[in-house]
Amino acid sequence: MTASSSPNAGRPLSPHLSIWRWGPAMAVSIIHRISGNGLAFVGLPILAWFLAALAGGEEAWVPFARHAGSWYGLVVLIGLSWSFFQHLASGLRHFVLDIGAGYEIETNNRWSWVVLATGAVLTALFWAFVLLR
Amino acid sequence: MGNGTSIGRVRGLGSAKHGAHHWVAIRFAEVGNLVLVPWLLVSLALMPDYSWPTLHAWLARPVPATAMILLILTTFYEARLGVQVMMEDYVHDHGLKFASLVALNVLAVGGGAFAILSVLRIALGGA
Repeated sequence: MTASSSPNAGRPLSPHLSIWRWGPAMAVSIIHRISGNGLAFVGLPILAWFLAALAGGEEAWVPFARHAGSWYGLVVLIGLSWSFFQHLASGLRHFVLDIGAGYEIETNNRWSWVVLATGAVLTALFWAFVLLR
Repeated sequence: MGNGTSIGRVRGLGSAKHGAHHWVAIRFAEVGNLVLVPWLLVSLALMPDYSWPTLHAWLARPVPATAMILLILTTFYEARLGVQVMMEDYVHDHGLKFASLVALNVLAVGGGAFAILSVLRIALGGA
C-alpha cells in the first residue's frame, strides 16, 4: 500500500498478510476466524432450519432430513462439525494465551499443531461414531 | 473534529473503552458453547434414529428444550460478537461498517428469536 500523500509515507509497515511467512500459529489464527464465521453464517441458519423443520411437523421435516442425509448435506455437516471442533480447540488455545502463557516460539508452534490435529481427530471420531455404530 | 489545537485534532480518535466488556462477554458465551454444543452433538450422535417422531419427542422434553434455548442464546450471542470483530477488521468505510453492524444485529436477534420460537412450538405444542 502506498500512501505518498499521508504523513506516514515512508514509515515501516507492520507485518501483514502479504509479507508474512506462513507458520502454524498464523494458520491456526486465520482458520479460527474462517471457522467461526462459517459457523455463524452457515451453521446457525442450518440450526434454525433444523428447529423450524422439526416444529413444522413431519411434512416439513422430511425435506430437511433428505437434504441433510444427501451427499452434499453430509459434506456441509462434516465441514460444520470440523469448524466447530477446530474453533473449540483454537478457542481453548486462546484461553491459554489470554493468561499470558504459551508465547515462546517453540511452545506456540507445537500447540498450534496440536490444535490442528485435535480439530481433525475429534471430527473423525464423531463421524466414525455416527456413521459406523 | 477540531482543526486548530493539537488536542482538537486527536479527540475521538482513541478507543471507545468498550473493548474489555466485549472481550469478557464473548468469553462468557464461549464457556456456554463449550458445554452446550457438545451436549447437542452427543445427543444427536446417540439418537436411535433421525425420524420426525423420535426427534420431536426428544426436543419436546423439558430438559432438552431448555438446553436448546440456552444453546440458541449463547451461539447467536457469540456469533454476533465474533462477526462484529471480523466486520470491524475488514469494513473500513464508516457508513458501510455501521450498516453491516446493524444488519448483523438484526440477523442475530431475528434468527435467535425464530429458533427459540421453533423450540417453544415443539415443547409447548402438545402434538
